[in-house]
Amino acid sequence: MMNKKSIQILLVEDNPGDVRQMREILMENKIHNDLFVAGDGLEAMAFLRREGKYADMSRPDLILLDLNLPKKDGREVLAEIKTDESLKRIPVVILTISTSEEDILKSYNLHANCYITKPIHMEQFIKVVKDVNDFWFSIVDLPPK
Amino acid sequence: MNNNEIGKPIEILLVEDNPGDVRLTREALRDGKVKNNLSVAKDGVEALDILHKKSKKYENAPRPDLILLDLNLPKKNGSEVLGEIKTDDQLKHIPVVVLTVSKAEEDILKAYNLHANCYIKKPVQLTAFLEVVKSIENFWLTIVKLPSDREQ
Repeated sequence: MMNKKSIQILLVEDNPGDVRQMREILMENKIHNDLFVAGDGLEAMAFLRREGKYADMSRPDLILLDLNLPKKDGREVLAEIKTDESLKRIPVVILTISTSEEDILKSYNLHANCYITKPIHMEQFIKVVKDVNDFWFSIVDLPPK
Repeated sequence: MNNNEIGKPIEILLVEDNPGDVRLTREALRDGKVKNNLSVAKDGVEALDILHKKSKKYENAPRPDLILLDLNLPKKNGSEVLGEIKTDDQLKHIPVVVLTVSKAEEDILKAYNLHANCYIKKPVQLTAFLEVVKSIENFWLTIVKLPSDREQ
């Protein structure tokens, strides 16, 4: 089980409404994690590779990745992470509205750690966020950074 | 949100050589919310034989929707099994939950680098063990979207 050290999450999401919603859920449920946000695929890769203004960032413990992103698509981001020797250990949770079987299968084939469809109803979305947090940060053993 | 909305039970393959752990896992999953079938492989070679449907004995074995994999296994160890699954184009989409007594950082890192979907340390205490199996069931069978079976 994790100690009190705060967990760092990278949320890769271009929709500001969804980002705000995620922040609110984490806050209201007293989930004390540091949430970093990348608004597109290029920014996500720059963050992970500590390029430019991200030079001092530490590696996130978990990545929440949307599939439909500007500049560089989520599938490409996933493939880059999972073929990069220094990044592939980081668990990637796909969190997307897409329910397409093709997206699900492709994501697992690219080594997404799990695939979750974003529920439309707020109540269900809150439950999903809580369950993701409970599972990854209190049940699972995360890789060393 | 359930993965078996169409009524088909979720097929789980447990790769575990300890009969006590097999029994406990079976009990915890039987009481679960989601209908599932548990198959057991007692060593790494048997696990891959089932997955590849090698020999007549396994020709009707369903392809699992989820694999629970111990690391310390006879004949072929769990890391090798994981490596083979995650480099096989027919199998690599299947989520593999590593469930093991090892808490060595080296094992954890190696498992993630081999594309384990998650790594969970097996609790020694009985109630904690049952809780963990239930959490796996809740997360992987009701929250997550599993790849649906693409076997032709």
